[in-house]
Amino acid sequence: MSFKTIFQRLMAEKLAFISFIFLAILVIIALLAPYIAPYDPFKQDLSEVMSPPSAKHWLGTDGLGSDIFSQLLNGSQTAIKAALFAILLPLFIGVPLGTLSGYFGGIVDDIFMRIIDGIIAIPAIILALGITSALGVNLWNAMMAIGIIFTPQFARLARGQTLQIRSEPYVEAAKISGAGSVWIMVRHIIPNISPPIVVQASFNLSIAILIETTLSFLGLGAQAPDVSWGNLIQQGYSMIDMNPWMMVYPGIAILLTILAGNFLGDGLRVALDPKQKSS
Amino acid sequence: MNTETPILEVNHLKAYIPSSKGEIKPVNDISFSIKKGEIVALVGESGSGKSVSSLSIMGLNASAIKYRPESSILFEGQDLLKLKEKELRKIRGNDIAMIFQDPMSSLNPVHPIGRQIAESIILHKKVSYKEAMKLALDLLNKVGIPDAERRLNDYPHQLSGGMRQRAMIAIALACNPKLLIADEPTTALDVTIQSQILNLLRDLQKEFGISILLITHDLGVVAETADRVLVMYCGEIVEEGNVEEIFENPGHPYTKGLMDSIPSLYGPSKDILDAIPGIVPNPLELPQGCHFVTRCAFATENCHEDSPTLKKHTSGNRVACWNPLIKEGVEGR
Amino acid sequence: MFLKFLLRRLLYVIPMLFITTLIVFSLILLIPGDPVLAMLGDSATHEKIAELRQQLGLDQPVMLQYFHWLNNAIHGDLGRSIFTGQHVDEALMQTLSVTMQLVVVGMIFSIVGGIFFAVTSIYFPNSWMDYVARFFGTLGTAIPTFLVAMILIIFFSLKLNWLPATGFTSLIDGPGTFLKGIILPGFSLSLAGIAVITRHLRSSLLETMDADYVRTAYSKGVSRYRAIFKHSLQNAMLPVVTTIGLLFGTALGATVVVENIFAIPGMGQLVVNAIEQRDFTMVQGVVLVMIVMVIVINFITDIVYALLDPRIEY
Repeated sequence: MSFKTIFQRLMAEKLAFISFIFLAILVIIALLAPYIAPYDPFKQDLSEVMSPPSAKHWLGTDGLGSDIFSQLLNGSQTAIKAALFAILLPLFIGVPLGTLSGYFGGIVDDIFMRIIDGIIAIPAIILALGITSALGVNLWNAMMAIGIIFTPQFARLARGQTLQIRSEPYVEAAKISGAGSVWIMVRHIIPNISPPIVVQASFNLSIAILIETTLSFLGLGAQAPDVSWGNLIQQGYSMIDMNPWMMVYPGIAILLTILAGNFLGDGLRVALDPKQKSS
Repeated sequence: MNTETPILEVNHLKAYIPSSKGEIKPVNDISFSIKKGEIVALVGESGSGKSVSSLSIMGLNASAIKYRPESSILFEGQDLLKLKEKELRKIRGNDIAMIFQDPMSSLNPVHPIGRQIAESIILHKKVSYKEAMKLALDLLNKVGIPDAERRLNDYPHQLSGGMRQRAMIAIALACNPKLLIADEPTTALDVTIQSQILNLLRDLQKEFGISILLITHDLGVVAETADRVLVMYCGEIVEEGNVEEIFENPGHPYTKGLMDSIPSLYGPSKDILDAIPGIVPNPLELPQGCHFVTRCAFATENCHEDSPTLKKHTSGNRVACWNPLIKEGVEGR
Repeated sequence: MFLKFLLRRLLYVIPMLFITTLIVFSLILLIPGDPVLAMLGDSATHEKIAELRQQLGLDQPVMLQYFHWLNNAIHGDLGRSIFTGQHVDEALMQTLSVTMQLVVVGMIFSIVGGIFFAVTSIYFPNSWMDYVARFFGTLGTAIPTFLVAMILIIFFSLKLNWLPATGFTSLIDGPGTFLKGIILPGFSLSLAGIAVITRHLRSSLLETMDADYVRTAYSKGVSRYRAIFKHSLQNAMLPVVTTIGLLFGTALGATVVVENIFAIPGMGQLVVNAIEQRDFTMVQGVVLVMIVMVIVINFITDIVYALLDPRIEY
């Protein structure tokens, strides 16, 4: 299946395609946040405390007179940073480990899988708390924790897929014709196990943002000068009587991003399924 | 009761599925009747419309399938197609019962066999659960399940394939139905078990005088069991007659083809394709004239233009064919 | 026979406990630099440092440290809080029942809500109930728990003043106040669960509704109601049982958020305070207890599944 057909199929899934566009725009905004934000998100202007939305401050200001729109943009940077790191770490560590373990099997594979099952049995938030508490509380460590949580999930997925592909005729054929293990893994196994991994990565994007904002909300994630949507909601909640909108904007941002990740995952699952006929 | 009065009368049954690409007609104008105590076989390949026909009698077709107003299915004089769902429920399992192809998937895996039989009884008769279970035990004995008392509490997966089908039959017989529809009752079973189940059906028919509509693609099964045969192709009945006549002297080339595809009664059945060239046409693009024309070795120009209707053949069968096969020497019989 | 099955499942649980406790223990290895200094801060006295080093047994090889720690843990000794000096097991005993009450209520909401939405969605296809259920199924997993909790507080506590926004009364101390206080936290905890169960059970029901045995049931003359509730649902619930078991772990994790928002003095609040106070032994204790609870629940789920599905041989 070529990249073009996958893309065309994804286009056919309307919701998934809209989600894809949304996330793409979000990534661009996140990259450009420092440049396009109208104000320094921490610049306090006590003369404009709690101002309502205006031409000057599109979404108004918070209790210290800081621009909410600029904070929201910075928050998107944190969310995307956390999500990308939390997906890339397991992709580069978990997937190769899982593939190797599944390809060679044996006692090492057994032990490896026991450990993986053990880590996966631990609820994500609980493990994240344990890890951040050991590493120390800041955004970088929260991202690290999410990455550590996802790594065994990807390893298990890659291993399961590898077990299936390992005995396929074309892999057997490559073995018989004398191809080395590394060659077979890079040329045959990795390309064939990637569709479900891509789907999983898309769903994990949502979960990563969920965990990041939750940790930040609890004060266990992003610390100043980093801004997280989770922090913003927490601040908004403390000022709910004065300006309920402070909570609403980051809330909507979180909701839309997570929904987009889920819809994209659903769409990718359909688009990448070789059995699915394009209708 | 006069044995000549049909218990079931299907008149001009026309089932269709409206779709954007055109209408599909799984059953196109079939009429037949079943007399009391008679075993009638409905024979055809998959897609011939035999299952849709049988499910219309039960009122269990998917909601996408509609019926033309002129269709009627008279059961003891009552038109089943006009009945409300609630009235149909009183007939299902009570007067008309059904057994299905795969007894493993057709039995509820999480309920014991006894409970599944008892459910049928409780639904239609005013008896307590305890009495229903007692009746269920009798039924299990009747259908030849050994050690029935213990089997009552067994789950379907604990029974063998043949025992499961016997249990299915016990469920169907729970309320002494007048008509039993058996949809490919032996297809999923081993060859040796097949004839046991067929014998059981025949015995039950003799003992209780039940009428049976036997749906099958296997003429071997028909020869062993049925009194009368209806052959279906593309939603239409192409030949009808007594079982002896049909086997001795098939009138329709399709019937002949089906028969040539049975190597022997107990051997594995050969592929229909070996005896009849070509494939069943797409229901959206049925050929004009006789629907069998694309696969028929005897087709003439007429066959491409006009649809044949059922006509009495020299053998006594009714055949829908412009050029029916005539076995030499039969004519003068 | 069933006892043998139980033992076999237990044999699977033991290595699981071993591995997860090892993971919890080895969290200490993640602490950058000298863990003792990291825990106590730079201003700690030499005496205190030496004492903690002694308590943690850091001068021994890692595996030996682990077995020492595990042995103590099995005997109920999880060390002392670095911050307050309180015994960790005591702090856990005080908070465990609070968290359990919250989680159980949350799970009851999840299961009842999930089954209700899934069944109504199937029973009235393409009705507004169906759309509500599907909307819920999609949205429920996309809203973070803290957002749900706050929205509920804003409407039901601040605006309508129906239910309290904070506080907790134990069920034994006052069932009425308990119920009043637990509704909002319980619902916050359950929303994701309701969504997951709705989605899973709905798709599972769609499959079983078309199953041959349901057609058999109809052929016996059962009503649609009976076909769904007596034949379809029981089969459709089987795979969902496993999901419910997994959701318990998620709910337990979510108590951390919910307890902090609703000021409920459970393990979740304990652990967040402990992290802020760099009280690592306390965090370790809470994480350990939560993980053991998850494993026990998974064990129970396996057994429930085996009891519900007659096809599973003990």
